[in-house]
Amino acid sequence: MNPYQLIKLAKRIGFYALIALVMVYAVFPFYYAVITSLKPSSELFEVDYWLSSVDVGNYVQIFTQKSFVRAIFNSIIVSLSVVFIALLLGITASYALGRVRFRGRTTVMLVILGVSMFPQVAVLSGLFEVIRSLNLYNNPGGLILSYTIFTLPFTVWVLTTFMRQLPMELEEAAIMDGATPWVTITRVFLPLMWPAMATTGLLAFIAAWNEFLFALTFTLTDSQRTVPVAIALISGGSQHELPWGPIMAASVTVTVPLVILVMIFQRRIVSGLTAGAVKG
Amino acid sequence: MGHLTLTGIGKDYDGVEVSRDIDLSIEDGEFVVFVGPSGCGKSTLLRMIAGLEEISRGEMCLDGERLNETPPQERDIGMVFQSYALYPHMTVAENMAFGLKLAHADKSEIKQRVEAAAHTLQLSPLLDRRPKALSGGQRQRVAIGRTLVKQPRVFLFDEPLSNLDASLRVEMRVQLAELHRRLGATMVYVTHDQVEAMTLADRIVLLSSGRIAQVGAPLTLYHFPESLEVAAFIGSPRINTLPVTVIDPGKRRTGVRLPNGETLPVAVDGSRLTAGDTATLGIRAEDFVTPDTADALLQGRLGVAERLGYETLAHIDVDGVEGTVTQRLDRLACLEPRQALTLGLSGEQCHLFDTEGQACPRQVEIPGIAR
Ligand SMILES: Nc1ncnc2c1ncn2[C@@H]1O[C@H](COP(=O)(O)OP(=O)(O)O)[C@@H](O)[C@H]1O
Ligand SMILES: [Mg+2]
Repeated sequence: MNPYQLIKLAKRIGFYALIALVMVYAVFPFYYAVITSLKPSSELFEVDYWLSSVDVGNYVQIFTQKSFVRAIFNSIIVSLSVVFIALLLGITASYALGRVRFRGRTTVMLVILGVSMFPQVAVLSGLFEVIRSLNLYNNPGGLILSYTIFTLPFTVWVLTTFMRQLPMELEEAAIMDGATPWVTITRVFLPLMWPAMATTGLLAFIAAWNEFLFALTFTLTDSQRTVPVAIALISGGSQHELPWGPIMAASVTVTVPLVILVMIFQRRIVSGLTAGAVKG
Repeated sequence: MGHLTLTGIGKDYDGVEVSRDIDLSIEDGEFVVFVGPSGCGKSTLLRMIAGLEEISRGEMCLDGERLNETPPQERDIGMVFQSYALYPHMTVAENMAFGLKLAHADKSEIKQRVEAAAHTLQLSPLLDRRPKALSGGQRQRVAIGRTLVKQPRVFLFDEPLSNLDASLRVEMRVQLAELHRRLGATMVYVTHDQVEAMTLADRIVLLSSGRIAQVGAPLTLYHFPESLEVAAFIGSPRINTLPVTVIDPGKRRTGVRLPNGETLPVAVDGSRLTAGDTATLGIRAEDFVTPDTADALLQGRLGVAERLGYETLAHIDVDGVEGTVTQRLDRLACLEPRQALTLGLSGEQCHLFDTEGQACPRQVEIPGIAR
């Protein structure tokens, strides 16, 4: 082997070592959670990087808890509703902002962007009053409302950017064909906007699925809780025991659907996120 | 029927006038071409007719009925876009049927019309394809078909061929002329290409900075341009222009002095000129005559010779003239580099324009060409 080939080999090894490092850094916490969830509680505090035996006791335990199953159900309802409402409002708003010329359009866009930068805590008390007066306290409706508020700016912004890129002549052709704005949106634009909708929809879903602060503040009883709060409130056999096994099992249970969703949509996400940047 | 009248049409964008004083009557079945340099307001005018832009001033009527306030889809006017604007997620057949479906036309009626249009445009084997899988020319035909199925009274085309390559453009041009002959429908066609305008039009409307510079049959604009602008835009190569001095204005002949001092009696009515005025003499590349029949001569040397196969264009450096003068010569003309050449001018073949660029009316008859 001559020196040139050696250097090449060394570079290659270094490259893969770096990738391995990044992989470990990114995946290890999740991997450890999976392992922990599959251990019986007696072995819980033995540090152990490989699984010697599989014990599904933790999973059995959480799924026999009615409140946890109920929480998953609540989370699904809330997240799907948020996605649906955000996309519906987002598409119509982006048509107005992207396609209709009106005074103050830029201002509206900037306000939308600005609103999305507020931290959640800033609006917590105000939102609490709104939810109370709408009689949505301790009700999934209250969560849907508050998550939609936080998801919409991003959805509208991305969809508007995407909508602006669709050629003007396409819309004009639809107009000449006798299409109303609603028909244009649903039958001409929607089929072309799937990548952007998949992206924003998925991000909205993830945000709603993982949200903790509002979910904790706006719900009171077990039957109305969503998954993140339910997990935090899983209690052990005694006051002094943190039930790591069930907590990990619950976490893995609610994360796996997300991972699967992202994998299904990953190509769409990429094309949706870059659409605003490159294609002219 | 499709008799379109525009009266005093104008358009402002945020206070900027981009179209003004458009008075035009387009007869039923006529093929009218709007031509002019880029940015002169052709598309704007076409889009006002389509209803995609609001008409700021004036009145537009179709068969006597005012249409200013009628929305596009109710105007019975179809438009073919420059970028084709096909719906990417629909097949060719669905693209063509979309408008009819929205109008709740009968299923069998839709099918029959789509098939007829596809047959006319030789699209029948492609009906199930998506636009992505079509060539440029095929897409263009689908775009036309989409308009065709609606059987509108007026067809509008906005530079439909400018996205095609040169040979396909010629082919589509012929197909369009053929389509017009067969349908006999009113067609309004926008282009910046004077060749398309000359070959397709029954009548050309030459636009310049938002207003009509001249309307007429293609050969009328070619032989009797009313302004230097029109003369310069129509015809390729561009008309040659020489600065001259008026010495003898007259009703049938106007004498001018050429840059080299020779005098030329131009066959135009120059009675509104006065002796001593500067003016512009226009002469087309093919209008030079042999020296023995000429009224005046210009001396020059050959610069570049372009051999086009069917003709030769000689670009000649003439003493006292800025730029080159182009002469159209025989395809096999013998030319040496820097060869001395004599250009013969005939007063009958020349145009004369005043300092404002307005033409002095030519005093010649050309058989078969109306003024
Ligand atoms: N939406 C618009 N807003 C403002 N100005 C416009 C708009 N559309 C066209 N214009 C202006 O109107 C003029 C004519 O444009 P257009 O009709 O597209 O020209 P053409 O089709 O002859 O190239 C141009 O100077 C253009 O800048
Ligand atoms: Mg144009």
